[in-house]
Amino acid sequence: MNETPQLLFKNRRPGETVFMEGYRATGGYTALEKAFREMSPADLRGLVKEAALRGRGGAGFPTGVKWGFFPADAPGVKYLVCNCDEMEPGTYKDGELLKADPHQLVEGMIVSAYALQTEVGYIFIRYAYEPQAENLRRAIAEAAAAGYIGKNILGSGFDFELHVHGSAGRYILGEETALLNGLEGIRPNPRMKPPFPAVKGLFGRPTTVNNVETISNIPHIINGGAQWFKDLALTPDGSGTKLYGLSGHLNRTECFELPVGISLREIVEVYGKGVRGGKRFKACLPGGASTPYLTPAHMDVALDFSSLEQVGSRFGTAGVTVFDENTCMVAVTLNLIRFFARESCGWCTPCRDGLTMVRWLLETIDSGKGIPEHLEMLKEQLKNISGNSFCALAEGAMGPVAGLLNHFEQEIVDHIELGRCPLRK
Amino acid sequence: MNDSTQTTPVGLLEEEQIADFIRHAIKIDHPREMIIDILRAIQVNHGWVPDEGIELAATILGLTPLEVEEVATFYDKIFRKPVGRYVIHLCDSICCWSLGGEAIAAYLQEKLAIEFGQTTSDGLFTLLPSCCIGACGRAPAVMVGHRIFGHLDEQKVDAMLDELRKEASA
Repeated sequence: MNETPQLLFKNRRPGETVFMEGYRATGGYTALEKAFREMSPADLRGLVKEAALRGRGGAGFPTGVKWGFFPADAPGVKYLVCNCDEMEPGTYKDGELLKADPHQLVEGMIVSAYALQTEVGYIFIRYAYEPQAENLRRAIAEAAAAGYIGKNILGSGFDFELHVHGSAGRYILGEETALLNGLEGIRPNPRMKPPFPAVKGLFGRPTTVNNVETISNIPHIINGGAQWFKDLALTPDGSGTKLYGLSGHLNRTECFELPVGISLREIVEVYGKGVRGGKRFKACLPGGASTPYLTPAHMDVALDFSSLEQVGSRFGTAGVTVFDENTCMVAVTLNLIRFFARESCGWCTPCRDGLTMVRWLLETIDSGKGIPEHLEMLKEQLKNISGNSFCALAEGAMGPVAGLLNHFEQEIVDHIELGRCPLRK
Repeated sequence: MNDSTQTTPVGLLEEEQIADFIRHAIKIDHPREMIIDILRAIQVNHGWVPDEGIELAATILGLTPLEVEEVATFYDKIFRKPVGRYVIHLCDSICCWSLGGEAIAAYLQEKLAIEFGQTTSDGLFTLLPSCCIGACGRAPAVMVGHRIFGHLDEQKVDAMLDELRKEASA
């Protein structure tokens, strides 16, 4: 049924993990051999830029541009850090990738480190992914035994060591500067930017932080070329495939590798096998808990960065969470805000106090005790918080609030006028 | 917390583990990065991290106890109070919520006769809310240790508790 060329999920079989032998059998480490024997670090950085790969961790920043800022030729220790703190509700793709095929990330880390001339790499992985961390430790040991990690890799003169770094919970660690603090063993509040990690990152040294899926795409780009990678997407300015994690009120909630630019309709109807119980689609989060809702009016929107920005949402992590017609969107937004308010590190006022205020407003409205002024206060909080927080957490938290106000304001009004949820009898 | 969970003191770390951590700390440039590894190792042995565990980690890494404490208390998977043998982290984020997570939460509290943050009187189970555990495709779900129990309904919750009780008495 899925005719998309499978890159990232090529070796994925239910309940199985592929290690060195299986990974090699389908072309594993050919990209590494090619990169080290035929390409310069600058060639590699150019290739990734040309392939128009955009970060798969949520923000969607062009990877080649990010790498272009990196002082690859500067002397001294530099770091490549892979962000596997995947903790945004609705997002589980990196976990699925690492359950199936951990060597992809390891090969990607080695060639990316070569491209950026970083001699030390870390994979920062969340507590709940300990089985995946075990897979990575084994894959790293196998890669080292094969001579792909260590001193003078394939006679290139390039040295690389790679470590897996565990964590112990908390969503804020996914913010790259909080992650760096967490990795260093200090309290993981986010850092002031600038200086950006490319200038002063881990242990004060130049550092690039990239997502698991982003890094795992690099070997495929090396093997297939930039144009081939771009052509995998269905949108003219898109590129590559994407791991879509389906969840919520769908008949099938699994993770699929599909083209960037696939329509929401195809995701819901074909891959999700429709809404559960034959109910109607009411809304979805298109890319994780921080992305503004899409509605039935958006069924034919292409799921890609620019097309979703044009309709006031974001591609995010492509974790698609669907809600059926019986779902109260005030209650959905309250659940999301409770998550963000609890996971706030408390460092800045808009996040610590603002999200608490929004939570209280939504609780009051949800319980039927809201008054018309509360709707105005909610709008005011959106203005006060968005753009004013220290890091992106509060900004993301207000995504669903913006979506609620844009698409479901009448539902808020109904709660206030009826003194109860209009969907609950 | 129920006092009965404070069972006979177990070693925080084996002598050999301490020696390994010290050897590693000497070898690397930034030993402080090992804080979470050490705290997690203490927790594996002891179930939770008492003050003595904070002090031990500080001694290994040449830090003050406060420097370790301010890291330890940030994370919700580091326990600074006694917990039961099995900590059930119930995901209360959006995907689990949308598929009946609140009913599972209520059922677990009823079956275990405890509220969130409490431990059963036999010291077996502690129930804690958790943010997304990455099991969105298998919602509603809980995490026990590093095991995920997904697609939960009342029967599956019963089966999970039976399995864990059996494992504990084995």
